[in-house]
Amino acid sequence: MRTVLIILRKEFRQIFRDRMMIPIIFIMPFVQTLVLVYAATLELKDTSITVVDLDRSDYSRNLISKFNASPFFKVNFQDYNYSNIEDDILKENTKSVIIIPDNFEKDIRNSIPVNLQMNINAIDGQSASLISIYVNQILAGFVKEKILHPTVLSQGQMPVSFNVKSRFLYNEELNFKHFMLPGILVILISMISIFLTALNLVKEKEKGTMEQINVTPIQKWQFLTGKMLPFMIIGIFELALGLTIGILMFDLPFEGSVLTLFVFALVYLFAGIGMGLLISDFASTQQQAMFTIFFFFLILILMSGIFTSVESMPDWAQTVNKINPLYYFMRILRSVILKGSTIADLIQEFLALVIMGVTIMSVAVWRYRKTN
Amino acid sequence: MNNENIIEVENLVKKFGDFTANDNLCFEVRKSEIFGFLGANGAGKTTAIKILCGLLFPTSGKVMVAGYDVYKERNKIRKNIGYMSQGFSLYEDLTVKENIEFYAGIYGLKRTEIKTRFDDLVSKLGIEELKDKFVSDLPLGWKQKIAFSVAIFHKPQIVFLDEPTSGVDPITRRQFWDLIYEAVESGITVFVTTHYLDEAEYCDRVCIMAEGRIDAIGSPDELKSKYKSENMDEVFVKIARGTNKMNNK
Repeated sequence: MRTVLIILRKEFRQIFRDRMMIPIIFIMPFVQTLVLVYAATLELKDTSITVVDLDRSDYSRNLISKFNASPFFKVNFQDYNYSNIEDDILKENTKSVIIIPDNFEKDIRNSIPVNLQMNINAIDGQSASLISIYVNQILAGFVKEKILHPTVLSQGQMPVSFNVKSRFLYNEELNFKHFMLPGILVILISMISIFLTALNLVKEKEKGTMEQINVTPIQKWQFLTGKMLPFMIIGIFELALGLTIGILMFDLPFEGSVLTLFVFALVYLFAGIGMGLLISDFASTQQQAMFTIFFFFLILILMSGIFTSVESMPDWAQTVNKINPLYYFMRILRSVILKGSTIADLIQEFLALVIMGVTIMSVAVWRYRKTN
Repeated sequence: MNNENIIEVENLVKKFGDFTANDNLCFEVRKSEIFGFLGANGAGKTTAIKILCGLLFPTSGKVMVAGYDVYKERNKIRKNIGYMSQGFSLYEDLTVKENIEFYAGIYGLKRTEIKTRFDDLVSKLGIEELKDKFVSDLPLGWKQKIAFSVAIFHKPQIVFLDEPTSGVDPITRRQFWDLIYEAVESGITVFVTTHYLDEAEYCDRVCIMAEGRIDAIGSPDELKSKYKSENMDEVFVKIARGTNKMNNK
């Protein structure tokens, strides 16, 4: 036990003396949460659209002002002919061009179906479909208002309309930041555990101090415990710091129990540190370790469901995710933070992480050799 | 008792794939002697020393260090040896004192014991001003002497030195050898590899390696008379020529 403490003391001394470590530990959580949460947002806000008004009526002007009043759009340009629509979209002057046809008002008043044309730049498919949805919502509201208006109804005609009221559970305002923040925390903790552990161990190999350690009678478990515990502690600290930032600066709701979250985090850190150790077993330079981790990390993070719904991924991807610790931890963090899930609710994820953690760690420790 | 062997190696072979780094080595090292391993770069010296230290597995052969078998009792060997590698593996971002406390702690020395030995070392080397400096700030010669002091701090039976003096000036090398003599006097056996042939003269017995094989073994005087040479330089050249002739046949 004393040997482990001796290694811990040495590790913490080195960690806090490393000029890069303090920024990584204290600044990275701020940068990641503040910058990434805003940058990685899928929310539409003040998207510029162009409206071509061929009708120039009360109704069409009314509709345009409705677009302008919406927080999603800003009508940056109104035109009365549509010669350069394509050009504008091509040059990214506008995201979408909506054409209000001739006789717009007249047709609505006479209950004749009206065709509106909408062109959307769909390079970013996700925001294109969002634009389409929001435009349709505004149109639906507009139509309902005009048709339900007594002056518009012709005699004997009864307005038929469905009034669907949705309630969004667990993230009532559809706040994308609340969805992204737990995801960013997963990235943060994964980076701490996988990258720092691997780089720390490989650095000792590079410098030759690993060899010096290997000629001493130190036991494998003593050395590895002393090596991995600091990153466990730093990982937990980072999670706490990241959560605090989220709650204070993004009003992140915290529905679950802190204890549950940290139990999960410990299990996940165990798996992550195991991955770091495993990679350090095979890499002989920090560069090799870095590239190897980057390769796997990028795949695992994109598949984990941080930006996109895992349920809509192809079957093979969902199968791969069964052995992706990031996928489980992503689900866990979001469920615990936004829904208040308990370990009992997430027992499958919990067991999966435990099994993966133990497996990865066992292989990694087994592969670590004092004698080659 | 003068025949007491602390290292016994019989038919040691180490292969890396097709390459034979150590080809059937046989030698023994006696207690409290300075045993030198000589040879050009790539002769297989470092491989042999790593096997003796338990860092590499031998491919075949019998290797006993301090009475223990390198196949089965590596942990017992580790308690009884010290090792200084070519890169003198001190932590550059720790101070001299922290390095010594760390390694001594790993070897299980008591805190009071560490303190006494450390104070002795500081006065012996006269490093009162250096002891709280980071290793990265020390000149190469001091790094070397301190790495050696770390390697024998836990009073091992044998210390293995892998090219300890490469890259330093002759005066520092001389001072370094004074430290080695001192260690031998306290009963430590020294196993040293070098490619400086003048250093071979400081050894009790030397073993000359080339291309993974042992070409000659004996005390410097024995070798000089056997090869009718004035100094070890000549011995080495004659042996090297012999090897080349064999290769040319």
